[in-house]
Amino acid sequence: MDLSRKWLNEFVDLPLSQVDDHTFAEAMSVSGSKVEVTRDLSKTIRNVVVGRIEALEKHPNSDHMLVAQIHVGKETPVQICTGAWNVHVGDLVPAALDGALLPSGAEIHSGKLRGVESDGMLCSLKELGMTAHDFPEASIVPAAILGDYHALDKNRPSISADIKPGDKIYGSVCAAAVKGVEKAGAAWRATLSLAGEERACLTACTNLHEGDLVAYDMAKDHICTPDDLHAKQEEFPHCITDGILILPEDKVPGEDMANLLGLDDHVVEFEITPNRPDCLCMIGLARETAVTFGKELKLHEPKVAAKGEGNIADLARVVIEDGELCPRYTARMVRNVKIAPSPEWMRERIRNAGMRPINNIVDITNYVMLEYGQPMHAFDFSCVKDGEIRIRRARAGESITTLDGNERSLTENMLCICDTDKPVAVAGVMGGANSEIVGDTAMVLFESANFSGPSVRRTATALGMRTDASSRFEKGLDVKNTEKALERACELVELLGAGEVVPGVIDAVAGEMKTATVKFEPEKINALLGTDIGADTMKKILLDLGFAFDGETILVPSWRGDVEHYSDIAEEVARFYGYNEIPTRFTGTVSTCGGFTPDQQCERRVGEICRSLGLDEIITYSFISPTYYDKIRLPASSPLRDSLKILNPLGEDTSIMRTTILPSMLEILTRNYNFRNKSAAFYEIGKIYFKRPDGLADEPKIVSLGAYGEGIDFFALKGWVEELLGTLCSGKMHFAAQKENPSYHPGRCAEVFLDGDRVGVLGQIHPEAAENYGVDTPLYCAELSFDAILAHRAPLAVYRPLPRFPSVSRDIAVVCDKSIPAGEMRDCILENGGQYLKDCAIFDVYTGDRIAPGSKSVAFSLTMRADDQTLTDDHAEETVRAVLAALRERFGAEMR
Amino acid sequence: MKELMQNLRAAALRSIAETADMEKLEAQRVKYLGKKGELTAILRQMGSLSAEERPVMGQLANTVRAEIEKALDERREELSKKLLELKLESETVDVTLPGRTAALGHKHPMYNVLDQIKDIFIGMGFEIVDGPEVEKAEYNFTKLNIDEAHPSREWTDTFYFTPDSSILLRTQTSPMQVHAMESRPLPIRIIAPGRVYRKDEVDATHSPMFHQIEGMVVDRGVTMADLKATLNLVVEKIYGEGTVTRFRPHHFPFTEPSCELDIRCHKCGGKGCPTCKGEGWIEVLGAGMIHPKVLAGCGIDPDEYSGWAFGMGLERLAMGEYKINDLRLIFENDKRFLEQF
Repeated sequence: MDLSRKWLNEFVDLPLSQVDDHTFAEAMSVSGSKVEVTRDLSKTIRNVVVGRIEALEKHPNSDHMLVAQIHVGKETPVQICTGAWNVHVGDLVPAALDGALLPSGAEIHSGKLRGVESDGMLCSLKELGMTAHDFPEASIVPAAILGDYHALDKNRPSISADIKPGDKIYGSVCAAAVKGVEKAGAAWRATLSLAGEERACLTACTNLHEGDLVAYDMAKDHICTPDDLHAKQEEFPHCITDGILILPEDKVPGEDMANLLGLDDHVVEFEITPNRPDCLCMIGLARETAVTFGKELKLHEPKVAAKGEGNIADLARVVIEDGELCPRYTARMVRNVKIAPSPEWMRERIRNAGMRPINNIVDITNYVMLEYGQPMHAFDFSCVKDGEIRIRRARAGESITTLDGNERSLTENMLCICDTDKPVAVAGVMGGANSEIVGDTAMVLFESANFSGPSVRRTATALGMRTDASSRFEKGLDVKNTEKALERACELVELLGAGEVVPGVIDAVAGEMKTATVKFEPEKINALLGTDIGADTMKKILLDLGFAFDGETILVPSWRGDVEHYSDIAEEVARFYGYNEIPTRFTGTVSTCGGFTPDQQCERRVGEICRSLGLDEIITYSFISPTYYDKIRLPASSPLRDSLKILNPLGEDTSIMRTTILPSMLEILTRNYNFRNKSAAFYEIGKIYFKRPDGLADEPKIVSLGAYGEGIDFFALKGWVEELLGTLCSGKMHFAAQKENPSYHPGRCAEVFLDGDRVGVLGQIHPEAAENYGVDTPLYCAELSFDAILAHRAPLAVYRPLPRFPSVSRDIAVVCDKSIPAGEMRDCILENGGQYLKDCAIFDVYTGDRIAPGSKSVAFSLTMRADDQTLTDDHAEETVRAVLAALRERFGAEMR
Repeated sequence: MKELMQNLRAAALRSIAETADMEKLEAQRVKYLGKKGELTAILRQMGSLSAEERPVMGQLANTVRAEIEKALDERREELSKKLLELKLESETVDVTLPGRTAALGHKHPMYNVLDQIKDIFIGMGFEIVDGPEVEKAEYNFTKLNIDEAHPSREWTDTFYFTPDSSILLRTQTSPMQVHAMESRPLPIRIIAPGRVYRKDEVDATHSPMFHQIEGMVVDRGVTMADLKATLNLVVEKIYGEGTVTRFRPHHFPFTEPSCELDIRCHKCGGKGCPTCKGEGWIEVLGAGMIHPKVLAGCGIDPDEYSGWAFGMGLERLAMGEYKINDLRLIFENDKRFLEQF
């Protein structure tokens, strides 16, 4: 909502000189009307003043420029060259002087134009940032000046270059020389000379000057425009409708154009929260302003004379068919309407509020919306069949062409304003072209209605047209506001002389209009706020805001649909008492301990360990594309494909909830690979999502590891997993080859177990899967269940006495079948080594010429120690013998 | 004999002083003092001396021996010192060559900030709770006083799993308020950080998935003054001591009164600059007193208990803290980005 400070002064005496924008914005923001930005409109234009043309002559070096002497309120006139032809001696025009700034941001400086000094620029509407809507009187009718004729085809001109006065152009149209031009009321009287014969001709064309050659239609006594000659604009490039803005005669040379254009204003942009649609208008914001600054709110009571003939009751009928979507519909009628531009003051206010002036009737509806917050609509009543307005839902197959010229298909849940057989407006959104106010509209029906917010919002969204009206309606407006706004509109019609208001008001009310009440409980309010505000102070704030009291009952004003509870009242009090005046004090009665839960501590430890291993943390989206399951080679029958599906996803890429974290990691590895990062190692602790019978999800956490690059291979990855699980968990860690996981390399994939419970999977990504991601380097990933890690979390460590006796080590190498996993051999050694064997490490695996084909040699380093004595060689030999015997028996392995 | 000994002494001391390595020094020792050394050789001639001369010569011999030994020791010391110096010299490294490191990994910058926040709240007696992201509309909306027709429920704004709009991806962490009130004993002091989802296309400031931190306190006698005191402290911990705050009325369906907390722009000190979009203030979080209807809906008697809650966006906080200018960087996970933090 854009608020004009100038307009605001009509309601609250708060001149800019007293309260500057910054102070205003601060105060309003902390009382609840948040200011986004303030704009000083006068800063958009500088050094552009009213000038009167004292003298005008043709430019000596240009056939389309004029040199003007301009009186700008100073002793010496200013010389300005202009290319526009609609100016005459005596005209008042906007003159941008040396150093001027225009709204486009352009700066004007003195200079020479084709050798002639020009100390500024005369401005058109466009150059002043305005359009013909803002200054309808500024539109000009150009005559076709024959000297400006440029043939489309140089070899075949329609008008010969040496044409003379009196020469025929076609039919009754011939060339004529302008001998003189003088003002004749709103028009001009031109004296023409046609081959010796002189004629005086009245014309609307404003670009005529003595010496011009024009096309004159002798039969119609009319000076032709390019249009009359059926000429294209480029044939008369300087005979255009956009000319220098000619100002009304009451302006004074030297006057600042910023003021004349209404730019001597400051605009404040508010961000209004959706619970306060009452603040989407001048009166609502004025009320907030008044209470914020402790000023009086000056409201005006509209009065309508209603001198039109007849009574609306005899002319029109309103039927609300759907009272739920339209609780109230109020209407008045205006006859003998004279469509014209609205006055300058109204156009200025509409413009500074960010809207465009159109014509008096349309402007009145917009003005009232800006002032009262009540969107209105004006129908050309002659287009309302049978004089009947029906408010109903659209019928299947109905459509309407809206004012923006688009045809809209309507659906049965859209509320429409209809006559007896067709929709004439989409309720609360936009009117129909079929009942649009046009130049010859004579009878107007003003609608001021209340529509259901959600219904308007859904309709506007479905039709893709959020309008100024719909964005207000959708928040739910004050049912009681319709009549006041309607009265104001009719008052303005009379004030502007736009027509005769017909006596009588149609006021169809479908529902009850109850006044909401809240019990006044000052103690509860203070208890909630932690304050000690007096009941009288509270009362004053509420009364100023328009609340009323009936004993200890607060009567909520109709425009405050958001207030229904004592906590709402507390907010009203707090807003104007000042949120920042509320003390800051810890008031809780019981202290709580706080802290991380064991689960959270474990999760933090996982992160710490991963980082100490050199892995960077990533955060990935929880939703993925179903095609990612193909990329990781999940078979069609995989239960992992049974994902929760978002019914309205943004796109396929984010349409299902991941049941595996692998695609997320692969996506990030791929991205880094594509960014040419030579190596990368990542971890994420992220959720995966499994359907539950109740429609919700199980959301277990997965510790996801992933890496590629130099030094990264299966055993680097396995080392990370071992370090992670070994640090955090107790229990026997066991790795088993896993050949069946479709996403991993069948020969380089393992499942990891703790005490027989599966923790997860790790390995090299299947080369085909990597290829699906466009990566030609090996990728390594692990997916570990955080819950499994948690379940095997090592208990608090208990101190074990340090060994008092030295250990002895023996290395052994055995030859066995190549297929026997070394890990299993190590397990076997540990099981059978006896009491002195403390550790066993695999330190070499050899296959090659020196041993039999199909076999391998595995070397183990055994560490032996006794807790109560220094180990003897005999003890060590005994252990080694037992180990070798077990290996022979279990695997057929022989000492090498 | 005396002369012999004096000569020996002079020769020994001279040659010891000239000896340049340990082995030669040892040879000197053997040469002069060894069993077959020169001093012994001289002493062997003692027999030929008179009884009066013998003790004199003996004493002289001892003195000479002691002097030579001392010279040997000193020379040895000197030599070993020199040797050490040489060794150290030869072992000198170029200290400007790079170290061999085990590169540490990096926490994601956003979680750095989150952990900072967690620590602040834990210090104030809060606990941290986690909850479902696939959520019932009842918890995400209804129980938070968000009516059936509220725009945020539209399919254009929220991701749904069921045609009846009953199950969705939570759009805020606020449903954690309801879960906490329904399942935890009073008093409650919790924060609930987590992922939330809204139907926003990805751009420099939007992402369909982002993170919020919810926080709430429910107890007897909790007031807006308590909310202000706590959040002021939190903001000061995050943004530094002396950070100026202001509380501004706002609207949330599940709190009343509601507010937003702004901090004075640190860049311009409140004058207005591009960082604060000319406002002089930067919005940090939304908060308010838990709506009595919400309390009652969770089975807590609003006449006995009151509470406050807040919610803040984590991405924006992290972006502000690290001056990250594009939200997409957060989820892109480029190693070169992650390793900056």
